[in-house]
Amino acid sequence: MKKSKIFWGYAVLALVIYAVVQLLISNGVIQNYYQNMFIAMCINIILAVSLHVIIGVTGQFSIGHAGFLAVGAYISAICTMKFGMPFITAILIGAIVAALAGLLVGIPSLRLKGDYLAIATLGFAEIIRIVFVNTDYVGGAAGLQVTHQSTWTYAFFGVFITILVISNFTNSRHGRACISIREDEIAADAMGINTTYYKVVAFAIGSFFAGVAGAIYAHNYYIIQPTAFGFLKSFDILIFVVLGGLGSLSGSVIAAILLTIVSTYLQEFPETRMIIYSLILILVMLYRPTGLLGSKEITAYFKFGKKGGTRV
Amino acid sequence: MSSALLMVENLGIQFGGLKAVQNVELYMNQGELIGLIGPNGAGKTTTFNMLTGVYTPTEGKIMFDGKSIGGLDPYKVTRQGISRTFQNIRLFKELTVLDNVKVANHGLAKHNLISSIFRLPSHFNGEEKMEKESLAFLKIFGLDVYRDELAKNLPYGMQRRLEIARALAAAPKLLLLDEPAAGMNAKETHDLMELIAFIRKEFDLTILLIEHDMNLVMGICERIYVLDHGQLIASGTPAEIRSNPKVIEAYLGEEVTE
Repeated sequence: MKKSKIFWGYAVLALVIYAVVQLLISNGVIQNYYQNMFIAMCINIILAVSLHVIIGVTGQFSIGHAGFLAVGAYISAICTMKFGMPFITAILIGAIVAALAGLLVGIPSLRLKGDYLAIATLGFAEIIRIVFVNTDYVGGAAGLQVTHQSTWTYAFFGVFITILVISNFTNSRHGRACISIREDEIAADAMGINTTYYKVVAFAIGSFFAGVAGAIYAHNYYIIQPTAFGFLKSFDILIFVVLGGLGSLSGSVIAAILLTIVSTYLQEFPETRMIIYSLILILVMLYRPTGLLGSKEITAYFKFGKKGGTRV
Repeated sequence: MSSALLMVENLGIQFGGLKAVQNVELYMNQGELIGLIGPNGAGKTTTFNMLTGVYTPTEGKIMFDGKSIGGLDPYKVTRQGISRTFQNIRLFKELTVLDNVKVANHGLAKHNLISSIFRLPSHFNGEEKMEKESLAFLKIFGLDVYRDELAKNLPYGMQRRLEIARALAAAPKLLLLDEPAAGMNAKETHDLMELIAFIRKEFDLTILLIEHDMNLVMGICERIYVLDHGQLIASGTPAEIRSNPKVIEAYLGEEVTE
């Protein structure tokens, strides 16, 4: 079938990108510093895409994504550090617990709309953070030391699976149901869509992958501290999605890549870093008010398929 | 009368101290085309909203196909077999014409979330079936040429048609049309009437129609209910309604005294 040909095209492209970067890493062409940038990029892509399914697809304005990132990070760190589980199991457990946290937050708060939902999710994310600050078992405010286990391989396949699952979800009757909620909730309801169910499903999928990102994050930076998961982190993720274009999966991927590169290089200018970063955001919003790609996918500009998909 | 498809008894709703609609009694037999008319603010759309679950009635009973549906969530009402269009068009603007219809087809599809995420065969079969069925509806409404167009880019008359196509794709037994001819010119209205008559036969539908265009209502409806100030003031055949003094007073005014 034609569609599966397109899929295999992307899969091969992804493998080539993976192999090239892996080769450069093992030959020492890419130094530790840049290897770290690539992993950070992957984490940001996973976060952007997982928030995209909540905001861009389903239209639920959640700004507490860092809360689920924190759950994934801490739970996976506990799994590896306290129980000595293998990393891959820890990623899965972290993601599942984050998804459960998403359900817990989503079921009561998704009755709210727009600004009210935003404030509620922000509040929940802060609660999650405060819980970790006050739990001595995970080191409280001082943080939890984690061994470095994240590699380019884990990060890349994390991205690959995230994009695959979310684009499969979006391009199915379930994804269409979510988009119809974004477009007009009353009409969606009248057409037989169980709106509450799909909002919660999108929320749970989004928080699941935020948990995956959290697990990779925790095992990349040697230590995790609650301060890293404050609302500023939530806004960082929100910026990827808005800058890329609400409703565009490839847009949020591209925005995550660009902004990771920008902020990595800006680290050499610590005094002016935030000013330049902010200026870039303002300029993009002035000249592309609907985001880099609007609501289109990048493939719409090339016309050879329907799925979103340049990755890394 | 006990075999009626839709049976509404003593229906009413109160918003705070305001009784928006009260004591509405109506019935519809299988296959009937019924009009619901009344001046602006009479409570027609409010009644529709109660029938479809958007509002929960504060009193009365709605029986549909032998089941009580008063106060059910809208999506559950739709799955029982009542589908509707909206007075102010509510299409999914950023979705294509085809996808708009597919959304309404959602409730009939069986493939689950897991099969879609892992792209199991049941996903492909299910999606293919949805596409085939949705395209068939588009064809009936002459919309198949627009299938990949975004709904917001359609001309107004086509958007109205798409609303009806979308409502039909939910496989209703009872179709509620809320001013389907609003804003249409005479030619478009005429085409629409023919279309309504056609789909009614084709899909064995029962239709409840809210309409301001008196020609349309009098021309195609078998029976008419008249609402005014939230109360039912008359019901009967078009001829009876035309000569009912209460209706003339409330709605038709002086214009009908020919």
